[in-house]
Amino acid sequence: MTVPLVDCQQVTFAYGAPAGFTLRDLSFEVRAGETFGVIGPNASGKTTLVRLLSRVLTPAAGRIALDGVDLAALSRAAVARQIAVVPQDVPSGFPHTVEELVLMGRYPRSPRRFFESEEDRAAARRAMESVGVLDLRGALLDRLSGGERQRAMLARALAQEPRLLVLDEPTAHLDLRYQAECAGLLRRLGRDGRLTIVLVSHDLGFAAELSDRLMLVAAGAAVRVGAPEDVLEESILEAAYGCRVIVDKHPISRRPTVHLVYPPA
Amino acid sequence: MRSAGPISGARLALLLGGLALLVLLIAVGSLFIGSARVPPGDVMAVLAGRVKGVDQVVVLSLRLPRILVALLAGGALAVAGAGFQALARNPLAEPSVLGVSSGAAFGVVLAQVMGLGGGLVETVGLAACAFAGALVAGVAVYLIAARAGALPVHTLLLAGVIVGIFFSSTITVLISVVDFDRLGGVIHWLLGNLSPIPPRSLAVFAALLAVGGWLVIGAARRLNLLTLGEENAAQLGVDAEALKRRIFAGAALLTSAAVAFAGPIGFVGLIVPQALRLLLGPDNRVVIPAALLGGGAFLLLADTLARNVIAPAELSVGVITAFCGAPFFIYLLRARTGTAQP
Repeated sequence: MTVPLVDCQQVTFAYGAPAGFTLRDLSFEVRAGETFGVIGPNASGKTTLVRLLSRVLTPAAGRIALDGVDLAALSRAAVARQIAVVPQDVPSGFPHTVEELVLMGRYPRSPRRFFESEEDRAAARRAMESVGVLDLRGALLDRLSGGERQRAMLARALAQEPRLLVLDEPTAHLDLRYQAECAGLLRRLGRDGRLTIVLVSHDLGFAAELSDRLMLVAAGAAVRVGAPEDVLEESILEAAYGCRVIVDKHPISRRPTVHLVYPPA
Repeated sequence: MRSAGPISGARLALLLGGLALLVLLIAVGSLFIGSARVPPGDVMAVLAGRVKGVDQVVVLSLRLPRILVALLAGGALAVAGAGFQALARNPLAEPSVLGVSSGAAFGVVLAQVMGLGGGLVETVGLAACAFAGALVAGVAVYLIAARAGALPVHTLLLAGVIVGIFFSSTITVLISVVDFDRLGGVIHWLLGNLSPIPPRSLAVFAALLAVGGWLVIGAARRLNLLTLGEENAAQLGVDAEALKRRIFAGAALLTSAAVAFAGPIGFVGLIVPQALRLLLGPDNRVVIPAALLGGGAFLLLADTLARNVIAPAELSVGVITAFCGAPFFIYLLRARTGTAQP
């Protein structure tokens, strides 16, 4: 049996004392080359999981291994050479251009350099080309649409040349057209199997459509891990989210889609 | 004038070379101007070592050291300002606005009250007192302003003002209590007057500038990543906490050196980095080294003006920088809202 790319064993994490546990004994594996969706209600621990995976936080107990190596034993830069996080957005007033942003993704490759090398520039160029923002390279992030900004952030993550791409709510700020564009892009990136993707999303349909496997997290624990049709079951979702839903199949992809049953007045 | 494409070493070298030439021109020009009338030919003769006497004293012992102090202090304050701005991610952060200058000034006055003289050890001691004062003020501002890891703009500025007033008042108390004769030059210095300092002090100043400049400029690439927010910077491999400590220490060191050897001169750290950002774009690898030279040029120009505008009397250079800085501060306050990035 091969070693999973990410091996999360009984990870426990709590922020401050009054908040209680955010994650408790969370265990799961992400296999190399798959797209792994993480879904769950608000405050279920999804964002904490992103922070743990990117070593911004370290588990209070348990361990997260990347290709068999404990993340806590790696430097921040060493983690960033293997795991790239695509954030929801850049801070407002972000003063840099697309190319400057994408070049920031090269920092973990050579943290001691003051300027980027020719190789860094070439890698940034490839990353911008692959998500279609090369023509926008001189534009300020602040001037771009939400979809363009997200592609630029994706390019920054790809410039890291990571093995694992972690997307934190990629569709949060996107309208339908950009959601479709984002889905197409992620599908293309995940297709050749060189890139493993962890997709953390509120959007159950989006996650079901793109993920090979899903993990439903609720109250800091994994409720179920498996194929989308095994995880997105009405009774399981109703217990996790505390509301009524109907699970249907997408007319084209035959993947599960979830409809909310709106309560009467 | 924002350059097309990202910066490279060659382009930065070209830019800094041009700035250095500009600084040299201003410095040489400043040698020829002053309230004591020294004809240009005589200045040349002094520089060539052919003239002794009063002219030599004026040019080599008064004007030249003062020019060097202005260049060092301006560079130190501008780099400190650029560092604080990148750290607070706020264009209004600046040593005098943050109260750090006042803290350093308190340290200097305290050292004077204790009677530190002019020897090398005592010169270093003076700088150390200034550094301690700057650190205390900076930490106080941070503790007052920080809310759950964030530094809201308005609390930061208010905390800076409060801490600044506190230390200024403490200085006033010290001056009132202590025998005035012992603090002869303090008032003059507190108003922000550049005076020629001995070569030994210039050397200590230059060494402190080198250390502080290295701390801030050496971290410029990481400061760029900090504009993504601390979490994102950490995900790219930056140890944000270590970076913040390094920049804070460097900027406090630069501020305290400038205050110890030149006086608490305001607004240089605000105007120069911001003007350079407007001209050259937001890349800290360009802005901060450029601020080292640009700050020196700005303060030297201001001081040359201060020396000559009401000659034979002198204005405080702090008055000139404040006349430039106050309107600029208001412009930044109005033009850029609370979440603005440097």
